[in-house]
Amino acid sequence: MSEKPDGVTLTPEQARRRRQRNVAMGIALALLVVLFYVVTFVKGPGLAVHGY
Amino acid sequence: MIDIPLQMDAEREEAVAGLSVATVGDYIALLKPRVMSLVVFTALVGLVMAPVPVHPVIGFCAILAIAVGGGAAGALNMWYEADIDALMSRTRRRPIPAGRVSRDEALTYGLVLAGGSVLVLGLVTNVMAAALLAFTIFFYVVVYTMWLKRSTPQNIVIGGAAGALPPVVAWASATGGVSLESLVLFAIIFMWTPPHFWALALFKSGDYAKAGVPMLPVVHGLRETRRQILLYTLVLAPLGMAPFFLGFAHWLYAIVSALGGGAMLALAGLIWLRPNEERYPKKMFGVSILYLFALFATLLVEALVTGA
Repeated sequence: MSEKPDGVTLTPEQARRRRQRNVAMGIALALLVVLFYVVTFVKGPGLAVHGY
Repeated sequence: MIDIPLQMDAEREEAVAGLSVATVGDYIALLKPRVMSLVVFTALVGLVMAPVPVHPVIGFCAILAIAVGGGAAGALNMWYEADIDALMSRTRRRPIPAGRVSRDEALTYGLVLAGGSVLVLGLVTNVMAAALLAFTIFFYVVVYTMWLKRSTPQNIVIGGAAGALPPVVAWASATGGVSLESLVLFAIIFMWTPPHFWALALFKSGDYAKAGVPMLPVVHGLRETRRQILLYTLVLAPLGMAPFFLGFAHWLYAIVSALGGGAMLALAGLIWLRPNEERYPKKMFGVSILYLFALFATLLVEALVTGA
């Protein structure tokens, strides 16, 4: 159990920056989901019947 | 002052070891936000001036896609130019030369955003707009960045077409086509680009020479650059008034474009007549930004007020 785990250990600064990148990507994806959802309604039933 | 390069070196070493040290800000910087703001603004004017009304959500998506497409082109530009960016004082702190983002990361980022923005614009508006956006990105990255920039002093003249296309793309998003009005907007930005960047090059020519970029002052000298600035401005000033004479702008625009064109001509004349005064190129660089902003802001206001 005292063995050092394999892989890379991030410094606190690297971990903080990675977390910030992940949060930013999550927010961007969530906003895109909302945007596409709203666009589907705006384009109306014609989108389903005739395509774009 | 010394701790910044030391920090950059440490980050570069970590990045070389395969550990990403990029911040969210670095990925935003790759999109060239200042260029993107010009893209968004001119595209917005093209969209609002178009004779076909656009639903606000669709309009927002179109502007977003055009902005992201422009940002993707910026990221791909930085991917390709990392070597010369590292040599110039203006660009050496960009994310790739500073070692915080690898070239491969920037390439992937740029390609994904470019593909995504074209796809979204095509699905939300129309195929013509998407094709024009794809052409804009291709022109900026392949024709300007990879080919012209390092091979001819006419690089920014022809390459300026990429920066002039956003209002045409936005107009096509609304109408599905290209018209005289959108082509005039294109022509104004196209003719504005050379005097704007050559004014910058006049007082930054040492940087470009160090990086081996054949900007006009480096290849043909300062005198020829000043002459070209004057010639382009002589065409730009009347062209800037074309929207009024062609009937798609009103009296406010006529006044603003006449005053702005006059100021640009006066500065171009002073640059030509007083070559030893460094302040005029710097003034020209600043005033040219104000001039373009004033023209498009006036078009926007007139279109919103008159409902054109």
